[in-house]
Amino acid sequence: MKTALTVNNRINRLFEQKQGDILSVYFTAGYPKVDDTRLIVETLANAGVDLIEIGIPFSDPVADGPTIQASSQVALDNGMTLEKLFTQIKNIRTSVDIPLILMGYLNPIVQYGLPAFCDEAKAVGIDGLIIPDLPMHEYMDQYKALFDQNGLHNIFLVSPQTSEERIRLIDKNTDGFIYMVSSASVTGAKSDITTAQEDYFKRVNNMGLKNPALIGFGISNKVTFQKACAYAKGAIIGSAFIKQLSAEQDLQTSITGFIKTIKD
Amino acid sequence: MQYTVDDNGYYGTFGGAYIPEMLYPNVEELRQQYLAIMEESSFQKEFNMLLKDYVGRPTPLYLAQRLSEEIGCKIYLKREDLNHTGAHKINNTIGQILLAQKLGKKKIIAETGAGQHGVATATVCALKGVECVVYMGEIDIRRQKPNVERMKLLGAQVIPALSGSKTLKDATNEAMRHWINNPVDTHYIIGSVVGPHPYPDMVARFQSVISEEIRWQLQEKEGRTQPDYVVACVGGGSNAAGAYYHYMDDEQVKLVAVEAGGEGVDSGKSAATTFLGKPGILHGSKTLLMQTPDGQVVEPYSISAGLDYPGIGPLHAHLFEKKRADFIHITDEEAMKAGVGLGKLEGIIPAIESAHALAALRKMKLAADDIVVVNLSGRGDKDLETYIKWGNY
Repeated sequence: MKTALTVNNRINRLFEQKQGDILSVYFTAGYPKVDDTRLIVETLANAGVDLIEIGIPFSDPVADGPTIQASSQVALDNGMTLEKLFTQIKNIRTSVDIPLILMGYLNPIVQYGLPAFCDEAKAVGIDGLIIPDLPMHEYMDQYKALFDQNGLHNIFLVSPQTSEERIRLIDKNTDGFIYMVSSASVTGAKSDITTAQEDYFKRVNNMGLKNPALIGFGISNKVTFQKACAYAKGAIIGSAFIKQLSAEQDLQTSITGFIKTIKD
Repeated sequence: MQYTVDDNGYYGTFGGAYIPEMLYPNVEELRQQYLAIMEESSFQKEFNMLLKDYVGRPTPLYLAQRLSEEIGCKIYLKREDLNHTGAHKINNTIGQILLAQKLGKKKIIAETGAGQHGVATATVCALKGVECVVYMGEIDIRRQKPNVERMKLLGAQVIPALSGSKTLKDATNEAMRHWINNPVDTHYIIGSVVGPHPYPDMVARFQSVISEEIRWQLQEKEGRTQPDYVVACVGGGSNAAGAYYHYMDDEQVKLVAVEAGGEGVDSGKSAATTFLGKPGILHGSKTLLMQTPDGQVVEPYSISAGLDYPGIGPLHAHLFEKKRADFIHITDEEAMKAGVGLGKLEGIIPAIESAHALAALRKMKLAADDIVVVNLSGRGDKDLETYIKWGNY
């Protein structure tokens, strides 16, 4: 059933319009410099990226590898906060129309205040959230209603260890897409895709889920991107993208150049 | 009032299991099986045998005569410092290694701050011939060199945590990341009553042997099972959880939790979580947490590496919120004086963590006929360098 929420959400629209090779990019807000957020989002959108995950930096990102940890630490040292992030992307919808997702750990969101966070996210035009340490039952009991009211899809992760039963439960209770973690790992850890991983992609693919899937973690270049796209609607690049960014170089040049290497 | 964990893994509003999906299968497996395994007679038989013959339990409940005279009431010391490896930590690692074996896990990981939990984990891994990796903050590795070498002597691999503040909280992050990367054959032995459910409850149960013994030992000595007070230091809070466990529902027994005030709670260098923290989420549970207004975790400070943690276990957050335990904070200086004092008065050099609990005695309003049990959670050998540096003895 398509609700008004589903129809209006840019994530759903994207998956309706594009059947494959969807490129999603993650970056940490506040890195390399505190005020780069807007420029990075706009440059990514102009470079033809389909979806952007804006990372909210946290002091203790347990699901992340060294690259995202380091970028988070730099962002925090730069004075980045959630409040600043909302200010930076306040009128982003005047220039960017692709789906935007906020990705971050639960504590900064809880401290900001959940209703205020949802209000701001909606006002800015955010389409979805990825909160790796928000447990599903907690989401169902205490968060879902508020997220739904504000048009925010909560995206869940599944890993090679996630049982079929649980994948089905996640599929049932989520909208937008399923984030397939490519292997048992933190972000940025592996650089190749093995046949064991391909078997896992196939297994999930054959489950006939209602939601499309994107594959993330360990997607670093054109080869891994294309491999992932063979088994899902698209893939997510995070750590490999962040490695391209530095305070010393022109961001637009490095971003556009990197995205070109993936897409061309 | 119920102070133990509920069916959903919460202590009142605290606790839960706030973990990434990649850890869910492991934590869920543990949640489904820990109680059943702990109740198995074969498990209990081996656990009790090892506590007795290997750890050296029961530990004495010692009436500290001269300390009692000085404070002006009857003070018993629960001598966890006399355990093998020098602290209460081994009660938990013995339990968890047996549990890990029942779960069929082949490798063990752990985090450590001061190194006591790391040593206790390396010890049980050697005992069972299991591969052991201990994460320790790079800064703590420098501060606690002897314990690093002890772990290596016992055959463990010590990996420095180089991220964040390079102390206990980051060692915990690194251990969690290792577990995400190695989900099938590895068990993570968390050292305190922190982490996602069921860890806080599981660790408290393994440590509950402390209060179980206090009850019968006090019965033998005083003809009653209940002291007026149980005093324990709280970093994450495992020794306190063990010392309180069988008294939590018995409101006649007053529980005193002693936090590390560092250089003073207003100094910006402190680890007194209940005074400085507010509810937040770290390392898989909702608890009281020292953090910035923006929700970033603040690096705590204490002279005692074992109390140097920005949160407390969710059980303790609940005891605090429900006012079931009195929370006191003790400065570095007060703790060092109390530590040195016990050496001179009783011939026992306590761990600086435990010295915080001793220092609290001077802040409590005690009557002459009060019976106080102080959990002497560890011995001071590991802290010799700190005592020497402090100097006033």
